[in-house]
Amino acid sequence: MSTPMLSIKNLKKTYQVGDGEIEAVHNITLDIAEGELICIVGPSGAGKTTLLKCIAGLLAPTAGSIELAGAPVTGPPKAMAVVFQEYSRSLFPWMTVRANVELPLKNAGVSKAERDTLVDDALEAVELEHMPQSYPWQLSGGMQQRVAIARAVAYRPKVLLMDEPFAAVDAQTRADLEDLVRDIWHKLGVTILFITHDIDESVYLAQRVIMLSNSPTVVQDDLTIDLPDQRDQLTTRSSKRFVELRTHVYEQIQIAKASKPTGVTAIQKTSKR
Amino acid sequence: MSILKRIAYFVGLPLLLIIMWWALTLGEPNFYVPTPAQLITTFWEVWAGERFATDFLPSIIRLFIGLIATITLGIVLGILIGSFRWLRSLTEPLLEFFRAIPPPVLVPLFILLIGINDQMMIFVIISGSIWPVLLNTVEGVRAVDEVLSDTSRTYGIHGFSRVRHLVLPAASPQIMTGVRQSLSIGLILMVISEMFGASSGIGYTIVLFQRGFAIPEMWSGIAVLGLIGIALSLISKAIEARVLRWYHGVKEVQRDS
Repeated sequence: MSTPMLSIKNLKKTYQVGDGEIEAVHNITLDIAEGELICIVGPSGAGKTTLLKCIAGLLAPTAGSIELAGAPVTGPPKAMAVVFQEYSRSLFPWMTVRANVELPLKNAGVSKAERDTLVDDALEAVELEHMPQSYPWQLSGGMQQRVAIARAVAYRPKVLLMDEPFAAVDAQTRADLEDLVRDIWHKLGVTILFITHDIDESVYLAQRVIMLSNSPTVVQDDLTIDLPDQRDQLTTRSSKRFVELRTHVYEQIQIAKASKPTGVTAIQKTSKR
Repeated sequence: MSILKRIAYFVGLPLLLIIMWWALTLGEPNFYVPTPAQLITTFWEVWAGERFATDFLPSIIRLFIGLIATITLGIVLGILIGSFRWLRSLTEPLLEFFRAIPPPVLVPLFILLIGINDQMMIFVIISGSIWPVLLNTVEGVRAVDEVLSDTSRTYGIHGFSRVRHLVLPAASPQIMTGVRQSLSIGLILMVISEMFGASSGIGYTIVLFQRGFAIPEMWSGIAVLGLIGIALSLISKAIEARVLRWYHGVKEVQRDS
């Protein structure tokens, strides 16, 4: 078996709060193969964002390890890009759309000619090639998130992390953006880890859906989505198999929500002294 | 608003006050209060003549150098102190102490240490006007948005690149607030240092006129200071309009939604 693109082993993350601690992630073990599109879904407060920040190298795990293509993640890896939920806070408001997409490449020392091609292609991929000189705040929420996606795409990462990227956009835009993600995934062959609280979204997008339990967080279930590769909002979502799969995920999430964490309380207060 | 309307608003109230002043000084001449006509002739005589080169320009140069040094130093130190928590803890008590000292009391001290010269006056300007820029920069740097900061980290934007593309622009609205306050403090300290120990400059000239009972001339010096104040504010507004265009745009969008 070849090395997985992303390998998470016994990941645990606790936060210090006063002289006690809160456990956000209890124990997660997960392998993601190269080119996979995986959705992680879990009830709110399940530590999804904490998990993503650990994988992105933004937070140091309390215990366990994360490896990207065999190399341990100790800080934000070069081969990774992240799209955050808060698009209005993740784009630089003092830069034009084009400058936003270009900055990571410029910073990485990519030549001007190559940069231009990458930026043009990325903006075209998200259908924003007609407004490179606009500022992010002049655009709608959905368009701003497209800019953030274009920036990630232009960076050519091996792994693309997305943290509930469409939670704050309207339903129609959301459907378009979901198709955009699958489209980009097909074109670039990038490994995508997509975090969401939306069950339908996870089933529609993914090849594999990972369900997280309630806090303290562990992997509740790992489901392969055997829907055809060509998906569209209308037929896929109304297919019998889709309904079965979403029902399964829904049930697991309900179990996760209902189950009172055993042995440990959700918020562990342990005195240091 | 049309340009004409804006100009009308800009000069409206000053014009009205000048008319009132003119009406009130119509009767018996008052030795201590000149009429508007008197002041304008005196103003022209005094400041368009020799004093322009011997007193006005030296003051402006001191003010200019003092303010440029203040702003540069304030922003650089502010970014350093704002970026490192240990540096903040280390410098906080000292900053509180120096900030509390009224800068005019430093003039006699600086005269002893540096002597009566331009450097002394520039130091007085810096020592008093640096605080608003410095403290606002520190606050601005500390308030950099967490998501934006995470975004920069994930794209490997560190060090100087981070300061240039993230920290400085993100803090710029607060820095500009500090700069505006520093400008007026700088002007005050320029005058005070010149009144204490100088043989040229606007502050020196005003004291000289007052002691020689050249009352309209003294008034004209005060008018010069007011005009410098207006000029400084116009310059800072013009710079702000360029630098903070994005910021006002964001604010406008937030208001509309």
